Amino acid sequence: MSLTGVPFPYVARNLVTRRMTTLLTAGGMALVVFVFATVLMLSEGLRAALVQSGAPDNAVVIRRGAQTEVQSGIERAQAAIIESQPEVAFDAAGRRLVSKEVVVLISLRKRESGGPANVTIRGVGPQGLALRPQVRLTAGRMFRPGASEIIAGSSVARRFQGAGINETVRFGQREWRVVGIFEAGGSAFDSEIWGDGEQLMQAFRRPVYSSVVVKLADPTRFAAFRTRLETDPRLTVESKPETRFYADQSEVLARFIEILGLALAVIFSLGATIGAMITMYAAVANRITEIGTLRALGFTRRHVLIAFLAESLLLALSGGVVGVVAAAFMQFFTLSTMNWQTFSEVAFGFRLTPGIVLASLGFAALMGVVGGFLPALRAARLSIVAALRAA
Amino acid sequence: MLFRLILKNVFRHRLRTALTLLGVTIAVLAFGLLQTVVGAWYAGAEATSRTRLVTRNAISLVFPLPLSYQQKIRAIPGVTQVSHSNWFGGIYGSERNFFPQFAVEAESYFRLYPEFRLSGEEMQAFLRDRQGAVVGRKLAQRFGWKMGDIVTLRGTIWPGTWRFVIRGIYRGAEATTDEGLFFFHWDYLNEVAKRQYPRRANTVGVFIVGISDAGRAAALSSAVDELFRNSLAETRTETEKAFQLSFVSMTEAILLAIQVVSYVVILIILAVMANTMAMTARERLAEYATLKALGFGPDFVRLLVYGESLAIATLGGALGIALTFPAAYAFGGQLASLFPVFRIQPATLWLQAAAAIAVGVAAAAVPAEKGARVNIVAGLRSIA
Repeated sequence: MSLTGVPFPYVARNLVTRRMTTLLTAGGMALVVFVFATVLMLSEGLRAALVQSGAPDNAVVIRRGAQTEVQSGIERAQAAIIESQPEVAFDAAGRRLVSKEVVVLISLRKRESGGPANVTIRGVGPQGLALRPQVRLTAGRMFRPGASEIIAGSSVARRFQGAGINETVRFGQREWRVVGIFEAGGSAFDSEIWGDGEQLMQAFRRPVYSSVVVKLADPTRFAAFRTRLETDPRLTVESKPETRFYADQSEVLARFIEILGLALAVIFSLGATIGAMITMYAAVANRITEIGTLRALGFTRRHVLIAFLAESLLLALSGGVVGVVAAAFMQFFTLSTMNWQTFSEVAFGFRLTPGIVLASLGFAALMGVVGGFLPALRAARLSIVAALRAA
Repeated sequence: MLFRLILKNVFRHRLRTALTLLGVTIAVLAFGLLQTVVGAWYAGAEATSRTRLVTRNAISLVFPLPLSYQQKIRAIPGVTQVSHSNWFGGIYGSERNFFPQFAVEAESYFRLYPEFRLSGEEMQAFLRDRQGAVVGRKLAQRFGWKMGDIVTLRGTIWPGTWRFVIRGIYRGAEATTDEGLFFFHWDYLNEVAKRQYPRRANTVGVFIVGISDAGRAAALSSAVDELFRNSLAETRTETEKAFQLSFVSMTEAILLAIQVVSYVVILIILAVMANTMAMTARERLAEYATLKALGFGPDFVRLLVYGESLAIATLGGALGIALTFPAAYAFGGQLASLFPVFRIQPATLWLQAAAAIAVGVAAAAVPAEKGARVNIVAGLRSIA
């Protein structure tokens, strides 16, 4: 036995001895850490869904003042000017990498509840897919230009009536057949339906595009591209890098989740810290004689303090590990909700990252230290004589 | 005798009792706040009238309807009046200052919504001024607007800078009435649209249909939709409540999360409370044995444990409920743009009380049984 500190097995055994109390306290901690981790996973999932939607070398052009593609309108002549900017990249066949898109919301019914929700329909140009390398067909085929055919994002296909492969959706006085399902790596495109831009404009009797998406040959020249567009007197547009555009679209939702998560974490951690404190105070009170013995054996006040803190820390960390493991299972679920800014459904998953694991365990440790500090201090302050007399 | 013992027991471990009490208070407070958030979500749907239907484009709300539909809808027997409105979506200063704005057909709209109370002079002033606006009392408070103030909005759906003069500040007839809305003349919007966006002139977002008999809402809804079937703009008509709930249902995942979380709070505090009671009972096993040796039955011991647990839980619960009022007030002020009506419902208070008592009872269950069943000999031996 070393006199540099109280042996660790002693600390651990104390927790095992009072199984019920340990279980209840650690259980409370686990719940707190579970909620804490889940909220972090949620905002991470949302961030990932929206950041992945954009490619860093793509730029989105919408009408000035419009905050979303749905509100925006760009005349054909204006779109042609945007397309002809020198910063725009070419593909191997020498065509400009530009997609003039029309974005509308339609209301579809969910498969499970039958309740309506807004789904984004994106009419893309011939280069639409080339601009989004993360989008790939997983079933069926691409829609044919000029036909009443659409392809659905995997999350839309799963959740909405009529959006599965070979099913039909009715809007704009036509039946649209879903001929393919695409996967977009968990990005917001998974919550969209895509079709031929020109066909959709006819169906909705819309003479203008919603947005123009271009791939820049050199993303560092975005500033020049934007300045030229925004100073051109023929245009009333603004542009953003695509990644930025999607991050801005979800700002309100992301902030709401963050605030809610933070508030919950604070409230919950108060509860759990109190739990730890009660447990540790009781542990100290029950073991006054033991503490006296330890001190008589030559352990210093500091050793006793550290031993009790370690016990509290261990208690909190075991709760924390259980909480994180439980939270890891949340990755099997996806959540869908309306994005208030775009008014459309967005589905996103819970995403566990090493950073979140560390943050959650750190949070648990903090609760353990805060909850255990005062009781440990009391234990350390006991005088040897008084403690031994208590027996 | 029992009560004095319970009371003495409660205050034996002052620190532990205080901590447990604090825990229960926080949990009950958090539960109340979360329930109020959920309630605020439904506030729009609660404040609806059963004699109002909303007609919108069947494809989705972002598609307008032709103004000409109004006459056809009004001609349906059972329809008393029809008004229309457009969502404006302007920005006041910055996006942070969000509040809903509607371009409405003034006279018919305020007839259909008698819960928006406006004095006669204010109404007259509003009707006379083409650029006039009527705002809710809370909205006016939020930005310090007074009668005659000029408010400039930057249009996002209808680009440009729009100037309005405040001609009326309405009060809600009920506590649940949303006093955070901004109304202006649809005619003004339409005039500008005719000049600048001719394609979008003479279109409206939704028709609000007043009906005489709430019992015929379903029949009249389908009558309206039947009228425009296979037209360029098919309609979907539903009661105002269903219309509002369709917004709520779009964010139901978040709502569900909040609901779940509010119950998890209770579970956590249950763990804390159960822990306290388990420890208490364990420490007092010898006392329980003594009581039993003196001739008190197991039920007495049970009551002792339950009593202590319930005393702490109800006290904590009462504190939590009391604190919910100032907390909700502060919270509602912060989130005025998101939740125009943030009000604690009576049901929430009952739920809080029930939760506190349930926690008190549940936490005592195992320790009470343990205490009641303590073997006199074994219990007393531990003292020796």
